[in-house]
Formats: sequence, structure tokens, C-alpha cells
Amino acid sequence: MTSLDLLFILFAVITGGGAVLTVTSRNLVHAALFLAVSLAGIGMVFLLLQADFVAMVQAVVYLGAITVLFLFGLMLTRAPIGREALDSRNRPMAMVVSTALFGVLVVLIVRAFGSFPAVTPRSSSVGDLGMAIFSSWVFPFEVISMMLLAALVGAILLARRESGDSGDERAVTPIREALPDRGEVEAEERRAELAAGDGGAR
Amino acid sequence: MTLIGPLVLGAFLFCVGLYGVMARRNSVLVLMSVELMLNAVNINLVAFQNLKWPDDPAATGQVFALFVVVVAAAEVGVGLAIVFNMFRNRASINIDDADMMRW
Repeated sequence: MTSLDLLFILFAVITGGGAVLTVTSRNLVHAALFLAVSLAGIGMVFLLLQADFVAMVQAVVYLGAITVLFLFGLMLTRAPIGREALDSRNRPMAMVVSTALFGVLVVLIVRAFGSFPAVTPRSSSVGDLGMAIFSSWVFPFEVISMMLLAALVGAILLARRESGDSGDERAVTPIREALPDRGEVEAEERRAELAAGDGGAR
Repeated sequence: MTLIGPLVLGAFLFCVGLYGVMARRNSVLVLMSVELMLNAVNINLVAFQNLKWPDDPAATGQVFALFVVVVAAAEVGVGLAIVFNMFRNRASINIDDADMMRW
């Protein structure tokens, strides 16, 4: 076992721990920060795999942009805190499904690549990567740049307020008042749940 | 470094993300879990490129990892815009409430 393997195990444990805390944390801001830890660990794994440029992109895009975007999202939506408010009723089923999938995947991986010899990772240089992007992958590159532009315009269109300035609370139309039979539907559901012996899950 | 380590790490992150997508009811947390799943795929791509086919002149694995990062950024932008819209319209981002196609 080389020092590379030891470092990989260290960063893999940090990454996995951060990921588990992200999906189990009760505090939303803590969840976002654990996600940042996990993404940084993934960036370190990229560095250990000699993929310098991908690691740098990971640091800039994920740690710099997406984590901040998530923190903004959490603050703007004023979400409630607590396990009942954060986890839905199918938590045990989700646990079963993901554990079973992980077991299947590990068995598959070990059977398929268990005999793969230990090699030192090598990477093409950043120059070769750029040459590859702008020669072999130039058409996917252009398509994905158009997709990014379309997503940007779509996000602006979706998040824009219909009328009024930002912070104008009159633009908010609560759906529960706009739709009178919604409350009856929910009461009906709650009654059905109580009848099924699964009371208080909401 | 063998191929098993990064692949098992990727599988673990994917399963944790899957658990988050299914078990959380806050839309922003669901989006975070989707990010974890996309990153798991990225680990697989880079590991296959740099450990198994390091001499590929087209650098397929790393280039696709970069493409996945771009798609993930676009997905977060549009996803958070939808979540804001939902929060503005119904004062809730509980994903179990979003069960109507139109109203």
C-alpha cells in the first residue's frame, strides 16, 4: 500500500462522511456546508488521480459557485428546520433501496475490476486536454455552450417576478387560497392516514 | 492505485445521493443530493480515464467530466429558479406538495 493509497483512503473517508452528513443533517445550512466539504474531498481525489484541471474546475465551479448558490437558495426560501420537516415518510424505504443498490454495485465492481493491477495514475496535460476539446469534442462543446446559455435565460425567466419590484410581497399568491378544495383534499388524506394507523407522519 | 477504490467511492456517493433524493422533502436538499450523484459519475469518468486509458488522445473521460460539471451548473440554476417560483406561489418548498401538473 503506497502513500497514494493512504491519501486516497483519507480523502475518500472525508468525502463519504461529508456526503452522509449532507443527507442526514437536521440543519439546512450545515447540510450545505457538509456538501462543500464533500465536494472539496472529491476535488482532492481528482488531484490524487492526476486530473489537475478537473480538480481546479471542481474547486472553482462547485466550491465557489454552486455552494454559494445553495446557501442563497436556503436563505431565500426560509425553510423549516427539524427531522419531521426535512425527511419524508419514505425514509426507511429510501434507506433499504440505497443500501441494496450499494451492495449490488460493490459486488459488480469487485467482480469486474478485482483483478485490475495497481497502477500509478497518469493524465494528459492541460494543453492536450484543450486540444482534445477543440478538435475531437468541438461540436459537443458548442452544443453544451448553447445549452448553458439556454439554461441561463430559462433560469432568469423562471425566477423573475411577474410584476412589481423585488421584495414586493403583493405578488405572492398563496395557492391554498387560490384553490379552495385543496384543504379538503389534504384533510381527506390526513383522515385516510389516520385510518391506516399511520397518524402524525406529516 | 487500483481501480476499485475510486469506483467504490463513486458507488457510495451515488447511493448516498439516491437516499437523499428519496428521503428528503426539502427541494433544495433534493438538489444537493442530485449534485452528489453527478459528482459520483465524475469520479468514475476521471478514474477510468487516468487509470485504465491514460493514453487516449481525445481525453474522453476528463472532457466528459467537464461536460458533466457544466450540465450540473445549468441544472442547479434552473432547479433553484423552479424552487423559488414554487416558494413564491405556494409558500412551501416541500416536494410532496408539488403533486399537481397544473392548476
